[in-house]
Amino acid sequence: MFGKLTLAAIPWDEPIIMGTGAVVALGGLALLGLITYFGKWRYLWDEWITSVDHKKIGAMYFILGLVMLLRGFADAIMMRAQQAIANNDAAGYLPPHHYDQIFTAHGVIMIFFVATPFILGLMNVVVPLQLGARDVAFPFVNSLGFWLSVAGAVLVMLSMFVGDFAATGWVAYPPLSELGYSPSVGVDYYIWSLQISGLGTTLAGVNFIVTILRMRAPGMNLMKMPVFVWTSLITNILIVAVFPVLTATLAMLTADRYLGMHFFTNELGGNAMMYINLIWVWGHPEVYILILPAFGAFSEIIATFSRKPLFGYTSMVYATSSIGILSFFVWLHHFFTMGSGANVNAFFGIMTSIISIPTGVKLFNWLFTMYRGRVRFHSATLWTIGFMVTFAVGGMTGVLLAVPGADFVLHNSLFLVAHFHNVIIGGVVFGCLAGMTFWFPKVFGFTLDEFWGKVAFWCWLIGYWLAFTPLYILGFKGMTRRMNHYDVPGWHPYLVVALVGACIIGAGILALLIQLVVSIRDREKNRDLTGDPWNARSLEWSTASPAPFYNFAHVPTITSLEQHWTDKETGRAGVQVMGYEDIHMPRNTAAGAVIAAFGLVMSFALIWHMWGIALFGLAAMVATFIQRSYDRDVDYYVPASEVARIESARYALLKQSEKVA
Amino acid sequence: MSTALATNTSAHAGAHGGAHHAHDHGHDDGSRTVLGFWLYLMSDCLIFSCLFATFAVLAGNVADAPTGKQLFDLPYVAGETVLLLVSSFTFGLAMLNMHAGRQAQVIAWLGVTFLVGAGFIGMEVHEFANLIGEGAGPGRSAFLSAYFTLVGTHGLHVTAGLLWLAVMMHQTAKFGLDGIVRRRLSCLSLFWHFLDLIWICVFTFVYLRGAL
Amino acid sequence: MSATTHTKTASAAHGTLTSYITGFILCLILTGLSFGAVMGGVLPPEKILGAISGLAVVQLLVQLIVFLHLGLAPEQRNYTVIGALTVLLIATIVIGSLWVMHNANVNMMPTQMSVERALSKD
Repeated sequence: MFGKLTLAAIPWDEPIIMGTGAVVALGGLALLGLITYFGKWRYLWDEWITSVDHKKIGAMYFILGLVMLLRGFADAIMMRAQQAIANNDAAGYLPPHHYDQIFTAHGVIMIFFVATPFILGLMNVVVPLQLGARDVAFPFVNSLGFWLSVAGAVLVMLSMFVGDFAATGWVAYPPLSELGYSPSVGVDYYIWSLQISGLGTTLAGVNFIVTILRMRAPGMNLMKMPVFVWTSLITNILIVAVFPVLTATLAMLTADRYLGMHFFTNELGGNAMMYINLIWVWGHPEVYILILPAFGAFSEIIATFSRKPLFGYTSMVYATSSIGILSFFVWLHHFFTMGSGANVNAFFGIMTSIISIPTGVKLFNWLFTMYRGRVRFHSATLWTIGFMVTFAVGGMTGVLLAVPGADFVLHNSLFLVAHFHNVIIGGVVFGCLAGMTFWFPKVFGFTLDEFWGKVAFWCWLIGYWLAFTPLYILGFKGMTRRMNHYDVPGWHPYLVVALVGACIIGAGILALLIQLVVSIRDREKNRDLTGDPWNARSLEWSTASPAPFYNFAHVPTITSLEQHWTDKETGRAGVQVMGYEDIHMPRNTAAGAVIAAFGLVMSFALIWHMWGIALFGLAAMVATFIQRSYDRDVDYYVPASEVARIESARYALLKQSEKVA
Repeated sequence: MSTALATNTSAHAGAHGGAHHAHDHGHDDGSRTVLGFWLYLMSDCLIFSCLFATFAVLAGNVADAPTGKQLFDLPYVAGETVLLLVSSFTFGLAMLNMHAGRQAQVIAWLGVTFLVGAGFIGMEVHEFANLIGEGAGPGRSAFLSAYFTLVGTHGLHVTAGLLWLAVMMHQTAKFGLDGIVRRRLSCLSLFWHFLDLIWICVFTFVYLRGAL
Repeated sequence: MSATTHTKTASAAHGTLTSYITGFILCLILTGLSFGAVMGGVLPPEKILGAISGLAVVQLLVQLIVFLHLGLAPEQRNYTVIGALTVLLIATIVIGSLWVMHNANVNMMPTQMSVERALSKD
């Protein structure tokens, strides 16, 4: 019945884990208690858990990302502290097995449960609004995809307290991740959390491609789509193209571990290199999946806050598309040292260098957008400028690593670690935080506090440089990644500086949380009545803040690339057009959350070899899905009178705000 | 920016409101779902392409286990192939009847498809059981792991297709050939024919090539 | 939608009984040729792989056109383009993987290679 699961699976003797567990349990209980005390369960269930509104799902993706950021950062600071201590005679405070789990969990969480939810959240909030659509193509699938991601995140969190997590590094290379060398459930947690959240991501990808291809407002041809939508389109094409590769690769590892097969083992003809090959066929496009929407967000922000149209829209579109295509021809640069010949390495090295060209085009476009613009140094602008400086350096170290000869020296060193943190923090994280600042009022109706936003930015920027510049240097000095202990005294000062940097990033995260709290407290003061707080250019700013659940009372007709800006110039923006009609909207459904909950049961049971329960979980998932397919009452009409009421209230507020101004 | 309450709709309809009759955003005419399903199929196709690539890389790694040439029974595989092809054809007949609006015939042909598909799965299970019985199970060699996983994944897809067929027979009976049922049958049709495409690659590159 | 336009678009987008029967018979013939090529021993062994690969490609095309109704008509074009992109992607992944793995095998199996050959090659 309970397979391998016994009470011994809980690491009673590890004070750090048990302490964290106690804090998490108490915090969780307090949260549940508060919800019950304020009687908010009904509200949570009706307005959030069963919601199919893309804006709410986007917000929930962001909350998921922020919560997991705290966990991922806690792992980061523990590693930095360990390396700042464990020099020479000092062993540090983390035993190797625990340390190995921490660096694995850090990577997995930051990529799959922080960066991915952030970009999916941004796309959810922004894409339908920028398209002039009322929702995504498949609202139920959207909800299902989100809750599957949550199920994956819950599994990773569970692994901390029940059993252990993989100690293999975030891509779980075999043969180390095979049963012979990782006999515990750690790798199984890794596999199933990625499988279940990966399924959610694939569903989101399909959903957004169809949304973008089929739900654009009339008149919006492809070259009238905002740049953010373009980057989202390419990102989702990449998602649909490569997440199946991850699924297949992990499935083969699963077959090795569960069914005694020999895909990647050392025995009976298995070939571990094939896993490494396949995982990077997924892995490299994955980093472009993360960065492209960030590029899109920066493009929107820099144009708005420079009060100029984006420079080189067409070149931006082509650059994005070329990055998408080229990203399929570079995967081998992750394993130049595997032993392929010079011609293979040269091909992938050259392709990798070429991919920096479209990225460079984008950078110049942003610079030229700012050139002679009236730049407002809003915190979103600061994130963007900080990104341009930081990301350029990260890109250049990337080109350095693209030279196979140099890579042989730097492979697996801290130089590499510094490089990818440089592009992911400087690109993806800055982009998502900038996007959050920018689009927050569209979802919640008030702007974020500027002071704490700027504090967060400066902490992140300074913290990043202090934390990772030493790692570049240490990489040159020969320090490899993932070291639990070292005996080179010369490295020690650098690692102490890196720890200080990590602490400053921690202050940045704290500032973000304070920013949220302060902004919610002062929401009346910062309310956005205009719907267009930044004097922006694209369609999402033509509707109210927060956008009504149907987004647009009238589906807009598109005649220009910057429709809202054009409307403002011709005096058509902010004009109430009567003659409302009934609006067709999808009904909320619990099916997504329920299927994901059964998915969680199934995955947990599979991890612990509880076959009966696993079978039940699978059957329940399928049955819920089939039952949903019999439900014919999945949509409804919002009566025109209701739309008129909401819209008239909005325009009354708008009028009031203009009087104040 | 001016706020004016415009009561004359026709004056502004061209700019803002004119298109909502032709372009009802909340409503799916079916093409959206079919496009989404096609994208899903393409992603599924990539799962298979990884399995094929792995099979190609590992095909020579037989260790001490039997090779494909020793194991594969080509006439039997030809039988499986014909069954799958017939089921594709009968599904096509179901679709023709769907477009002609003949509910009873649709259910009948879906039923035939189900039976033929189940026959295929039965043959495959029998084949796997024989191989494992002969001591050539998936744990014997990398080649056999890749073989069982590739062919088995196809089999699992067909099994899922059978479940879907059963559900659609019931829904066709219950709801008639309305828009939703037609849309779902169109998706299932794509799925079923897609599995035949995969099988063409399986019998060519796994069985026939393995028997060379 | 009037009845006549419906049947017209219907035959283009979802085929007719004749097209299904033609496709089915074609597929049977192509399958038979493939199995015959391997089991019959008519072709020289080194040509068989090329022949069955070619037959498989032809049968894939037949099924795509007849059963899945891919084509260049406006309402089919989206599907065809997405399908073609997928084929390119599959080719990249499969050929790329085979090239990478083959190359690694050749370079990492020193027992099969003399030092001179290793030095002279790529």
